[in-house]
Amino acid sequence: MPGPLQYAIWLLCTLLEAGVLVCAYRRQALQRYFILNLYMASEVLASVVRFEILQHYGLLSPSYAYFYYYSDALLTILLFFALSSLYSQVFGEMHAERYVQFGALFLLSGTAIFSFAVVQQSSGKLISHFVVELSQNLYFVGLVLTYILWGAILKLRETRARLIQIVLSLGIYFSLLAANYALRNLYPSLGYVFQSLNPLIGCFLPFAWAYAFLRTPEEARLAPSRLAVSPR
Amino acid sequence: MIPAVILVISSVVFLQFFVFYCRSIIAATSNQPLPQDVQDVTGIVDSPSPEDFPRVVQLLNLCPDRPEERGQLRAVSSYYKLLGLVRSTMALAIPSLKSWADHERSQCTYFAAVALGRRIAFSRDLLAQQMLP
Repeated sequence: MPGPLQYAIWLLCTLLEAGVLVCAYRRQALQRYFILNLYMASEVLASVVRFEILQHYGLLSPSYAYFYYYSDALLTILLFFALSSLYSQVFGEMHAERYVQFGALFLLSGTAIFSFAVVQQSSGKLISHFVVELSQNLYFVGLVLTYILWGAILKLRETRARLIQIVLSLGIYFSLLAANYALRNLYPSLGYVFQSLNPLIGCFLPFAWAYAFLRTPEEARLAPSRLAVSPR
Repeated sequence: MIPAVILVISSVVFLQFFVFYCRSIIAATSNQPLPQDVQDVTGIVDSPSPEDFPRVVQLLNLCPDRPEERGQLRAVSSYYKLLGLVRSTMALAIPSLKSWADHERSQCTYFAAVALGRRIAFSRDLLAQQMLP
């Protein structure tokens, strides 16, 4: 069973996720960032169900392992769609939503096929390893897509401060997760150390989004060129 | 091989996003004026010194904590340390980095001073609530 510290981090993370929904509701941003909020609501729901399964079947039970990895894969796919909704917001004035949706589906299918091909070559437990591989690959694809979105924000001179903070925090989150998964693959003997970092990294995203909803008004503007690093 | 490439790419991208994120937090406060009492306490009037950051953070720690600011202050503190590292390492090879890092560090100090102003106002509100019959 997890120790008190793991439980505390888990509880903190779940509270922060619920906090995002409360902050979004208070700032009337539930609808504007619907898929982001749907993702946070799903995270809260998954946390509650994971806790129930953990209490009934234990940490080492197949039920918990299956639910953990399958729900993680589904949540990653949902986060992927949340990212595509941010693309739609940035490219909204260009009426490019349909292209963005098509591109997101294309990338998701491509990542799924790639993950399946990798797992097929090296694993007996095809489906469960496929789910884990898919999550890891989606984190990296998400990182690349967030980086491209940030480039588009700079290029299109997007000035919505809240949107900028949401995208930047998503970039930090994806890059930390991708680096953590890479370290786990590079040093399998230290896997438990890197695995225990995942919940801590998971706390960052709801915290940053809650802050963005609570402290940055929708009408706040920020010139992204001011954020670019240029030594004097 | 692939995990090593992913690690390098994600570390570089993380650093970039972290710097942009910290700058976006700092930029949100850069237009806010410093209250008079903060100017009196810190001695900062117009442009703060890059070296004032630890002193302002010490003053911040004397005031009652506002949980909603804790994470942002931590992020900016890490950014300040990162800039200190850049200043003492990379800036030796690229001198223009030194003045840039100093400018950024003074922006961090200004952010902390604005946060101090908010905490002082928060403390006053708390005190006023306790004084109410």
